Amino acid sequence: MNVVAKTETGRALGDTFALVCDRLPGKGKISDQRRQAFDAYERLGLPHRRIEDWKYTDLRALMREVLPLAPAPDAAALKRAAAAAKSRAIDGVRRLVLVDGTFAPALSDLGKLEKGLSIRALSEVLETGDGALSAQAFASDNSNPMIALNGAMATDGVVVEIADGTVLSRPLQIVHVASGTTPAAMFTRSLLRLGRDVGATLVESYLAADGVKAYQAHDALVVAIGDNARLDHVRLVEDTVDAFNISSATVSLGAHAHLNTFGMTTGGHVSRYQLTVAFAGEGSKVETNGVNLIKGTQHADTTLFMDHAVPDCTSREIFRAVVDGRAHSVFQGRIIVRPDAQKTDAKMMTRALLLSDEAEADNKPELEIFADDVTCGHGATTGALDESLLFYMRARGLPEKEAQALLIQAFVGEAIETIVNDDLREVAISTAQRWLEARA
Amino acid sequence: MSLLEVKDLKVRVEEREILHGLSLTVNPGEVHAIMGPNGSGKSTLSHVIAGKPGYEVTGGQILFRGEDLLEMEPNERAAKGVFLAFQYPVEIPGVTTWNFLHAALNAQRKARGEDEMSSPAFLKKVREVAKSLNVPQDMLKRGVNVGFSGGEKKRNEILQMALFEPAVCILDEMDSGLDIDALRIAADGVNALRSPERAMVVITHYQRLLNYIVPDYVHVMSKGRVVKSGGKELALELEESGYTQFEDAA
Ligand SMILES: Nc1ncnc2c1ncn2[C@@H]1O[C@H](COP(=O)(O)OP(=O)(O)OP(=O)(O)O)[C@@H](O)[C@H]1O
Ligand SMILES: [Mg+2]
Repeated sequence: MNVVAKTETGRALGDTFALVCDRLPGKGKISDQRRQAFDAYERLGLPHRRIEDWKYTDLRALMREVLPLAPAPDAAALKRAAAAAKSRAIDGVRRLVLVDGTFAPALSDLGKLEKGLSIRALSEVLETGDGALSAQAFASDNSNPMIALNGAMATDGVVVEIADGTVLSRPLQIVHVASGTTPAAMFTRSLLRLGRDVGATLVESYLAADGVKAYQAHDALVVAIGDNARLDHVRLVEDTVDAFNISSATVSLGAHAHLNTFGMTTGGHVSRYQLTVAFAGEGSKVETNGVNLIKGTQHADTTLFMDHAVPDCTSREIFRAVVDGRAHSVFQGRIIVRPDAQKTDAKMMTRALLLSDEAEADNKPELEIFADDVTCGHGATTGALDESLLFYMRARGLPEKEAQALLIQAFVGEAIETIVNDDLREVAISTAQRWLEARA
Repeated sequence: MSLLEVKDLKVRVEEREILHGLSLTVNPGEVHAIMGPNGSGKSTLSHVIAGKPGYEVTGGQILFRGEDLLEMEPNERAAKGVFLAFQYPVEIPGVTTWNFLHAALNAQRKARGEDEMSSPAFLKKVREVAKSLNVPQDMLKRGVNVGFSGGEKKRNEILQMALFEPAVCILDEMDSGLDIDALRIAADGVNALRSPERAMVVITHYQRLLNYIVPDYVHVMSKGRVVKSGGKELALELEESGYTQFEDAA
């Protein structure tokens, strides 16, 4: 393993870290944690296919190197980013914008915060030294090299706290915009804390300003959902087709809590989303739905880990992929049911639609069950569009691409239907529509 | 000029010849009935006319208004006015009937260089047609044929035929699965579409349908060929004597 750290890539990044670590927000304990995280990353380097978890997504081959840190945005960059954020504006949401890894208050909607809602920049939280919050934001697992790297390098993000009993009337949206004209890496980390009896909706969007090409977005989200609270979460990855997006979300749920999460990736050359859900209280429920629409030489990996440690919790994972061209979709779903987690109901389903002969979909379900009174299962289907349906539609006058588009819409629509918020459902529908139109 | 001319058509499916030189000429205004035992190739003929993939035409030709139909994509054929009411209509979950019909109609209009039809105009039209065929409105909101009974599926086919106003309608066993009332309504729908410009090819096993849709010509198919053609009285004759006499002829 030590050999790995001695690669050119490892050294170059080590130099980068040495150069920037003093300027990264957070002193004392935080800077120690950053160094530990960086050391943890360096021991492994960029993950490669011989590491089981990264078998299908060999970052060493796909990404080759971690790019230099993006500079903080200047006025011109902010202007480009503002235009990009505006082009994807969603009515009625409170928008929080991160540009090139830096929180941009001027582009964010911080006015008239609802009672019980607090929003701060991560850099500010780290600098002012709120120990508990900082510790929570950085309490991630260094055994995952990309989460460790994120912990070492994170420049900014948002810290959202929602007090007990608060039900937000407007969804929050964190928009990650890449605006840089030279290839660079952005490292962001956000924390979302929902107290007891909270109701909230979070949208995460990833996009780039006009003309921006290659970049790397490294993001981490830490979420704590209190007892009896509910989070609806929608994630839309619309990065450029030259970009890398390596994101992780670590969610913990209290008792009788509810998480409904939906993810759609249409952008990015290579993307990986790692979602870890830890059930910490009884009677909680998680629904994860997703659909990735990819083409060309895109590679999109969704890796989910459901950790059932307590009794009486339910998890549902339904993951869909529409794969065209020579694109490669990866789904890894691991469910662990620990000895105490009796009455767990955990199910996982994947469905891949392959639109070309060269399209590829890999699917790796893993069930590790250590309790006896549980309902667990997984299923998978992979296939092409049904020829007899296509013929019927064409015989009614629809050109082949249009007939395909209707069938793809139907397939994608089943996933989108799981989004509870009407406006966000519409946004997801138009995102899928853009993908289909680009294909036609 | 004939509307549809099938000349000495030879078709193979998976290395096996199914149609062995079949000819049929259909002129505007005519109604032709094709009868024949199971497996004689009736659906195969209708599929090849509509352009279903998987059939290899090894000989002969199909002309539509003098144009080579076999060179056209299925959707081009539809836009030119060829319509097939399927023996087994498929179910399309997640695509509402209303949405599908609107998209299909506009695709046809676009291919013909006509203006697309707006949603309100389309809604009005499809409602009228549905009403005339006794098709409940809520069927239009459901996925195409999803959860429809056999009879409802067939009615949905006739509804599409009425909506698209094609030049040649091929009805593959539209009577199967219909009860006697539904049969009458569907047949009335078909009869309402009879016109001097339009032709129908009605595939059926039963004389009964032909009491409602009275043909000008009846053709008997057996083992991939038309073995006998005649007037509507031929259907009655078949009802009496069955197909066995023709199997030897084939
Ligand atoms: N895809 C296929 N593969 C193999 N054989 C086929 C295929 N389609 C049709 N056939 C064969 O071709 C012959 C004609 O079938 P076809 O469906 O055209 O008959 P039909 O006259 O419509 O019968 P029916 O009255 O039962 O509807 C049959 O022997 C059938 O098994
Ligand atoms: Mg048949």
